[in-house]
Amino acid sequence: MPDEEANSPSPSRRSVIGWGGAGLALGAVAAGGAAVALGGGEDDDPAQPAASGGAAVPFHGPHQAGIATAVPDRLHFAAFDVTTKDRAELVQLLKDWTAAAARLTAGHAVGDGAYGGQPEAPPDDTGEALGLKPSRLTLTIGFGPSLFDGRFGLKGKRPAALVDLPKFPGDNLDPARSGGDLCVQACSDDPQVAVHAIRNLARIGFGKVAVRWSQLGFGKTSSTTPDAQTPRNLFGFKDGTRNISGTDTATLDKHVWASEKDGAAWMAGGSYLVARRIRMNIETWDRTSLTEQEDIFGRDKGEGAAVGKSKEHDEPLLKAMLPTSHVRLAHPDSNSGARMLRRGYSFTDGTDGLGRLEAGLFFLAYQRDARDAFIPVQRSLGRSDALNEYIQHVGSAHFAVPPGVRDADDWWGRALFS
Amino acid sequence: MRPLRLSALSAAAAATVIAAVTGCAEKSSTQGSGSGAIQVVATDDSCEVSKKEFPAGKVELAVENKGSKVTEVYILFPDDRIVTERENIGPGTKADLTAEIKAGSYEIACKPGMKGDGIRQKVTVTGGGAAARRSPEKDAAVAAYRTYVREQAEQTLPKAQTFADAVKAGDLEAAKKAYAPSRIGWERTEPVAESFGDIDPMVDLRADGVEESGKPWTGWHRLEKALWEDKKIGAEEKTLADTLMKDLKTWVNKVGTAEITPSSMANGAKELLDEVATGKVTGEEERYSHTDLVDFKANVEGAEKAYTLLKPVTSKSDPKLTVTLDRQFAALNKLLDKHRPDTSSYDFTSYDKVSDADRKELSDGVNALAEPLSKLAAAVTK
Repeated sequence: MPDEEANSPSPSRRSVIGWGGAGLALGAVAAGGAAVALGGGEDDDPAQPAASGGAAVPFHGPHQAGIATAVPDRLHFAAFDVTTKDRAELVQLLKDWTAAAARLTAGHAVGDGAYGGQPEAPPDDTGEALGLKPSRLTLTIGFGPSLFDGRFGLKGKRPAALVDLPKFPGDNLDPARSGGDLCVQACSDDPQVAVHAIRNLARIGFGKVAVRWSQLGFGKTSSTTPDAQTPRNLFGFKDGTRNISGTDTATLDKHVWASEKDGAAWMAGGSYLVARRIRMNIETWDRTSLTEQEDIFGRDKGEGAAVGKSKEHDEPLLKAMLPTSHVRLAHPDSNSGARMLRRGYSFTDGTDGLGRLEAGLFFLAYQRDARDAFIPVQRSLGRSDALNEYIQHVGSAHFAVPPGVRDADDWWGRALFS
Repeated sequence: MRPLRLSALSAAAAATVIAAVTGCAEKSSTQGSGSGAIQVVATDDSCEVSKKEFPAGKVELAVENKGSKVTEVYILFPDDRIVTERENIGPGTKADLTAEIKAGSYEIACKPGMKGDGIRQKVTVTGGGAAARRSPEKDAAVAAYRTYVREQAEQTLPKAQTFADAVKAGDLEAAKKAYAPSRIGWERTEPVAESFGDIDPMVDLRADGVEESGKPWTGWHRLEKALWEDKKIGAEEKTLADTLMKDLKTWVNKVGTAEITPSSMANGAKELLDEVATGKVTGEEERYSHTDLVDFKANVEGAEKAYTLLKPVTSKSDPKLTVTLDRQFAALNKLLDKHRPDTSSYDFTSYDKVSDADRKELSDGVNALAEPLSKLAAAVTK
């Protein structure tokens, strides 16, 4: 198991942690924007892009839904390999997927539905979401670096920002949980709705694409609608207290949305997604003293306030933290202002063969260019983060997430393939 | 196979036909030829029928073999399914057949030497209650598939005999070598073979289904375990080899009576891919011998046969589907060829030597074919 080594105590790190006074935000593994609250009170963002309670999130728009829109509590994320060699067939699939996604996100069944069709034929829709609300389902597509390898004549269209992620210190990546030509992120209030969406898209895709890996997530670990209470990760800590708000257009434009000026015209209005499967060594963490836990995160466990502060949104004092603390290392001030929009989820896939909870954070971060955001932050974290003793990155992927589907005539990736 | 999946309907239908063949034929022979009987005169190269048109209901054939070879006489549905038959009619002897027949088109066939398709006469049965008529294309597809199924069954016997003989001789290596080839005909036509619910669990049951069956474990996989895992052949195994042959002969005898329709052919093709997806890709089917890829190939061949025969129908009702299926069959066959050094032989890589990445690739290939194949039944019933 990849975590075997990480589980073994590392005396040097432990002694450092004992030094106290620092913090880590698991989110910080995650992210720039996550760790710290720069002002921004609880009430200053009343906007809720999509109504809660099972409503539909508009599918069409300048940006894809599922990035700046409110984060619902459930996720099914799937990465695909394109198996067809025929560009026209891939294009047709993207059109078919777009049509299906428009129906699914509106709460409708795929094609002719789950019943009432020709009795001899398997129904178009698999049916397990019948009677369920749209549940704020969003479907977001991304294109991986491997799609631009020349099979589909896209070599010249690969954005400079869509780099192959470097190997970070401590990475123990499983190729079977990494990469992919395409990805689809399904977020929803109802797990059945998210799973239904991925299942039906996979079915439409058989013969043209094959599922490479997928990840279920529950319990959002961050929010794009700064809540009164920040969600907690599986270590029990609040994280992402100051994620980029979905209504903060200036920050979104600066840090999240790609611009035509960035080099790849077809990506204007899109974003770059980094997905990391971060395994948490839950049992070891749970045997760690409260002081040490709080030192590692740089926050207190109850309120989530930074070291020496009283409220979770209080501005942290980085110098008060351990130099290897997660929050301090991940903070934009430690990373030349690097920020990301985080949409990560907790996951657990049951237990591993050793009886340990197979669990962690499925980290998802959107940014304008990972070279200025995720990569420098993770380099720093991978090298020094005190939290590394309790986590390990085991899956990794990078995707160019194109701009939104404008209307019924538009489709996912049109600008790339036209 | 899946443990004990019994197609009750098909099994019952088959049983009825068998009863009609044996029971009625025997009884009528004692009654002699009534005045209403249709006279059939068989020679070595002709099959003369006295009436080509007769009313529905109880039909009686009075057969006389004036040839020099033993013959057999069949009444056949347009798709070649057997309505009734009488075998072993010796030269110079007479025999009677009776059957309840609905209105429709049929054929009467004499088979001098009891081989081949026989010499055929078309006959028409008149009256009400006719079964729905099918297009000649569909009947042709079903008839050709029935021939294929019968041939596969018949060709299995000598191969299975080679296997059984090796087991009985206690020759472990020869038995191992003959094992996978003996299963090919069965695997190609498994959905039809499975329709005889009682034979399937006797010849193709895996360890998982033994308890459920409530019977002693017999058949191929029981011997597979002896050869590869226990690595010995004892008295019990030798007896089981005979049992396997006996059960396979029952299958060969029943196979002509199987209920086959265009949609059952199409669904059967899909089921063969389901078998691949649940049993072969996982390596569960041949867990001791690891000859899963031989079964895999045979399943795909059987599915492709059914599809190819249905293609004249499908290319009209859903030409796009035909294009997709042609391509996906070719793609999957190509993937399989990566795992055999010689494409004219059935020596495939042992499945325990196939890497996870290659298994994933095969599984993706199965999904790519099985998903469109699941639409074939609808296309042929349109």
